[in-house]
Amino acid sequence: MAVATPPQPIEEQRRWEGSLDQLRGLVSERAITGETMLLNMGPHHPSTHGVLRLLLELDGEQIVSCLPDIGFLHTGIEKSIEDKTYEIALPLTDRMDYLSPMSNNMAYAAAVEKLLDLEVPERGQIIRVVCLELARCASHLVWLGTHAIDMGAMSVLLYAFRERERVLGMFEMLSGQRMMSSYIRPGGVWRDVPDDFLPTVKQFLNDFPAKVDDYEALLTQNPIWKDRAQGVGVIEPDVALAYGLTGPALRGSGVNWDLRKAQPYSGYETYDFNVPLGEHGDVYDRYLIRIHEFRESMKILNQAVARLETVKGPYRSQNHKYCPPLRSELGQSMEAVIHHFKLWTYGYDAPDDEIYNAIESPRGEIGCYIHGTGANKPRRVHFKTPSFIHISALPVMAKGYLLADMVAIIGSVDIVLGDCDR
Amino acid sequence: MGVSSKLGNLGIVTTTVEQAVNWGRTGAMWPLLFGLACCAIEYMSSQASSYDLSRFGMELNRATPRQADLLIVSGRLTRKMAPVIRQLYDQMAEPKWVISMGDCASCGGVYNNYAIVQGVDEIIPVDVYVAGCPPRPEQLLHGILTLHEKVRGERIADWA
Repeated sequence: MAVATPPQPIEEQRRWEGSLDQLRGLVSERAITGETMLLNMGPHHPSTHGVLRLLLELDGEQIVSCLPDIGFLHTGIEKSIEDKTYEIALPLTDRMDYLSPMSNNMAYAAAVEKLLDLEVPERGQIIRVVCLELARCASHLVWLGTHAIDMGAMSVLLYAFRERERVLGMFEMLSGQRMMSSYIRPGGVWRDVPDDFLPTVKQFLNDFPAKVDDYEALLTQNPIWKDRAQGVGVIEPDVALAYGLTGPALRGSGVNWDLRKAQPYSGYETYDFNVPLGEHGDVYDRYLIRIHEFRESMKILNQAVARLETVKGPYRSQNHKYCPPLRSELGQSMEAVIHHFKLWTYGYDAPDDEIYNAIESPRGEIGCYIHGTGANKPRRVHFKTPSFIHISALPVMAKGYLLADMVAIIGSVDIVLGDCDR
Repeated sequence: MGVSSKLGNLGIVTTTVEQAVNWGRTGAMWPLLFGLACCAIEYMSSQASSYDLSRFGMELNRATPRQADLLIVSGRLTRKMAPVIRQLYDQMAEPKWVISMGDCASCGGVYNNYAIVQGVDEIIPVDVYVAGCPPRPEQLLHGILTLHEKVRGERIADWA
């Protein structure tokens, strides 16, 4: 065994428990007097989907209040981006919401494009839509598997991951990496799709609807599933809006808000698809919405793949002040060599301006705020991430339900702590 | 019994205590159900259908450190999380092993900043480092098999 410092008592541990006085105002007075129980959940807990800590105040088994404690995965990504050029900072964004890195890339790339006023060619936009919808499927598959396992349905995870591996295989085809693809870049995408990509996607599109039916057969009408999900974690539409929820968590309450429809980007306005809406705002409706989103994503993917076969042309902006020229041009064009050298050493200057741009990630609105300096590095980059917002709404959703419902509620809002803490 | 039928009429097996114990330890090494960040998703992949970690006797994840033999540190370790992981490690019963999965856990990876511990080995001893950001499931499997190899070579004399 490797040599290490001998175990030492951790002073930190004692500070965690703290005195109850510190909690005054955060929990009810009954907790201070000891009438209700304070229970610590996490940061090491299999159902918190990462390293989230919750301080639960329990009256018997009923949750009186819930205090989320975040920051256990605070990585300093936003700060790190400040000393990187725009292009070099992109791989860091992959690692925020690690279930759908493509969406993060897109949020960041689209924001940079807005700052630079950079146009993306049509083929690039279509490839982006394919990637984003595949990422939505991959992300929802992890959500489905882990949510089901939290609620006691073990086998769904194995089925969901079987399909997810196929999506990751496609990402690997595109970018050489299964998860952290860094494929969507400012100005378009990194490279054109390889020849065997489209047949693979088509094969997947052919098989996947039947698999979604399989998941539904396992869960949707399952009486145990319904008992645990229906009427649990209800959030009213006005409360959901007041807390700023987005994505399936908001649509579960019946609010029709999807950025792909409301503020279309990357040509989403030209695709025919529906936005599934819930009625009750409970765990079950949020589950149904994501299941329907699988099917809607299939619809978009079918249209996008058909377009990809006809629309040819550049996949990345031809403005070589911002996007590198093709590798093959370097041997022939001195200008290309200069652009290449400039881009990979200095980067490019972005205007001293601030912009905000948001897209619809599988979890909801992921927005990117960039404040340029006029030079090659940003002054400030901030991400408005859905998980952070959704965690702030957990106390409202959990209040009054049972302790065992807590894992269902956490699973149903689909939080990713890397997304929240960054 | 498989052993006696294979050995025919020999009817006796000789081994050393060391070998028998180490064989047992590698055959059912239970990991702690614990994930930090991106690598945890690849760790889940390696347990799910395609890669099936249970081929190596590891399908049983224990949610409590008291019942776990192996801590797979999967992801970036922040300064806020460091005391927690040290406590989890302290709570695990001997013998225990640690795999540092991914670049962040091994050396801080791309995050050389105020928030991230530059390698989990600053906090706990590590047996096997797995490189990659995140490592593919195959890489993790290779790390686990490397650990098995190491455990098979452990000697009683070295046991604390």
